[in-house]
Amino acid sequence: MPTVAPLDLEGHVVAAHFLGDVPFFATAAGTIHRLDGGEKVAEAHQGLLTCIRDPFSTTLLTGGEDGKVCRIAGDGTATVVAEAPRKWISVVAGGPQNAVAYAHGKSSFVKQNDGTLKEFTEERSVEALAFATKGLRIAAARYNGVTLHWVATSGDPVDLEWKGAHTGVTFSPDGRFLVTTMQENALHGWKLDGKPGENRHMRMTGYPAKVKSLSWSPKGKWLASSGAPAAIVWPFSSKDGPMGKAPLELGTRANIMVTQVAFHPAEEVLAIGFVDGMILGVRIADSKEALLRRPGKGAITGMGWSANGKLLAFSSEAGDCGVIDISA
Amino acid sequence: MTDTATQKPVPVTVLTGYLGAGKTTLLNRILSESHGKKYAVIVNEFGEIGIDNDLIVESDEEIYEMNNGCVCCTVRGDLIRVVEGLMRRPGRFDGIIVETTGLADPVPVAQTFFMDDDVRAKTELDAVVALVDAKHLPLRLKDSREAEDQIAFADVVVINKTDLVTPEELAVIEDVVRAINPTARVYKTSRSGVDLARVLDQGAFNLERALENDPHFLEHGHDDHVCGPDCDHDHGHDHHHHAHDHHDHDHHHHDHDHDHHHHHHGEMSPIHDVTVKSISLRGGEMNPERFFPWIQKITQTDGPNILRLKGIIAFKGDEERYVVQGVHMIVEGDHQRPWKDGEKRESRLVFIGRDLDVDKIEKSFRACEAVAA
Repeated sequence: MPTVAPLDLEGHVVAAHFLGDVPFFATAAGTIHRLDGGEKVAEAHQGLLTCIRDPFSTTLLTGGEDGKVCRIAGDGTATVVAEAPRKWISVVAGGPQNAVAYAHGKSSFVKQNDGTLKEFTEERSVEALAFATKGLRIAAARYNGVTLHWVATSGDPVDLEWKGAHTGVTFSPDGRFLVTTMQENALHGWKLDGKPGENRHMRMTGYPAKVKSLSWSPKGKWLASSGAPAAIVWPFSSKDGPMGKAPLELGTRANIMVTQVAFHPAEEVLAIGFVDGMILGVRIADSKEALLRRPGKGAITGMGWSANGKLLAFSSEAGDCGVIDISA
Repeated sequence: MTDTATQKPVPVTVLTGYLGAGKTTLLNRILSESHGKKYAVIVNEFGEIGIDNDLIVESDEEIYEMNNGCVCCTVRGDLIRVVEGLMRRPGRFDGIIVETTGLADPVPVAQTFFMDDDVRAKTELDAVVALVDAKHLPLRLKDSREAEDQIAFADVVVINKTDLVTPEELAVIEDVVRAINPTARVYKTSRSGVDLARVLDQGAFNLERALENDPHFLEHGHDDHVCGPDCDHDHGHDHHHHAHDHHDHDHHHHDHDHDHHHHHHGEMSPIHDVTVKSISLRGGEMNPERFFPWIQKITQTDGPNILRLKGIIAFKGDEERYVVQGVHMIVEGDHQRPWKDGEKRESRLVFIGRDLDVDKIEKSFRACEAVAA
């Protein structure tokens, strides 16, 4: 039976991630808490809007109401990467060679390791950013589609069009697919390696609520999503992705919505966080469920696995966070 | 630790008004006067607001059409994100004010608060307030649709800069506002000096709450409902006073020759550039099996032309009043309260919009009446 070490924080906690073996929790107020031989607190923002795990380094990236973009190191030190006074920074992404992307209004910016700052403007507000897995390339989600930009070279941007507001964006680990979350309770996908003239679109619909959390399985065979009273997991192993295939529905509960999903770093096991604070672990192979945490005070807002996959940190909108040890 | 699920929705005031109508002055007053409440303000540009405040958020107006085939189903995408951020720390403020640009269409702002589930779960549209520049309104109506839309869509209209016009000119402006929107509460002021208690925390957008605060809403003709800054007319609490004491302000004694008894017809504006009109319908008890398909159909076919609709419906054999309200193609309705003894069971419905066929709407509305047994 898994054991839960609780951590009660004040107010809404935006995210939970691991850096190495140390769990980090980012509060909406702007403090970063870590459990590193006792609870340690660092002040990062006057109001924090987003906190992501940089997939290319062992750091966190944050954006705030104070217009700052910060990188949080394993020892809790916050370094200001960029600053846009009076703008709210709710969109950040981490890329290769310490590149950091962020956005406000109709512009996205990429700050490279050598300090150069590049701006890319879109016709509409940038809702989300993601770096491609290979090459220094960013995807900016916006109204009516996504635009891909090469950061270092002057190649022409590529526009992927699909009507509607795209609010989140992610590349598949192998870089063959790009998937967005939409304002309309749906996902949209593009096959990036399609031949000219081939249908590149993938529509993934049927959600009763907006999708706010996506997670790829370790090798990219599956894409898990929130937005329903079960985790909706789309198969991406074939060359056409999920087209013509039904998704798996894991951890189904009557009327309790899934708010967060997070795949284990090595196994095809999915952590599913619910609006009532409950967390389930489900194995893809046989849909076997394990209760990892009983319902709490508020919706799960973030989950992150430790590198060895034995610990799962979670955050909640009511502040009742914790770390689950699944090896116990 | 607060239980987020049971938190009371935060009231949202939408402040519209043409450039120069006095929105910034009003916002400055809201942010600086001591009224015991704190507001988060979402503005398009910091611009003239000379007050540094953590709770002023700059946001680029971003209008998203929903992918449901309905051209009028639009939301403000930027607001969804900002409101989500604000609501993570709700203890910081008592309400949210959204200031729109002078040329903004108020509809997407309002629709955001009931088309987006997350926003809707945590906030409640309190009132749409339109500031009108008394001096320049005729000119604005000539050169834009937006000025008219803002008045038509408002729950509260503040006629500002009254010191810059003559009493006769002001009377015409009042008539224009009334003709465009007979259901709004109207106040007159200068230098944006309106009592903030008339603007904030009104409970005016939600018709059920508006009716609780003002039981005679939708009942009166328009001439008895224009209040000046010194009017003691209390919409919130003094119901009986409001019901019987029809204020007879001097400014109503102006000469104009349009008919005051035309409840069943489109209200005509004394200024020709007005294209929005209102249709006030009054009927007996309705047959729900006719009424619901009718309102569905009319909002589907005429939705793009309907800015607001509000009504109280008496259904035959139903002991409770039914309130219905809508914006474009979205219609909502619910039972409000039981009919009181001696209360006349009649149905009243007001449409505010453009190119509405008065005769067709009135006839088809009448056809929904329950036939006397």
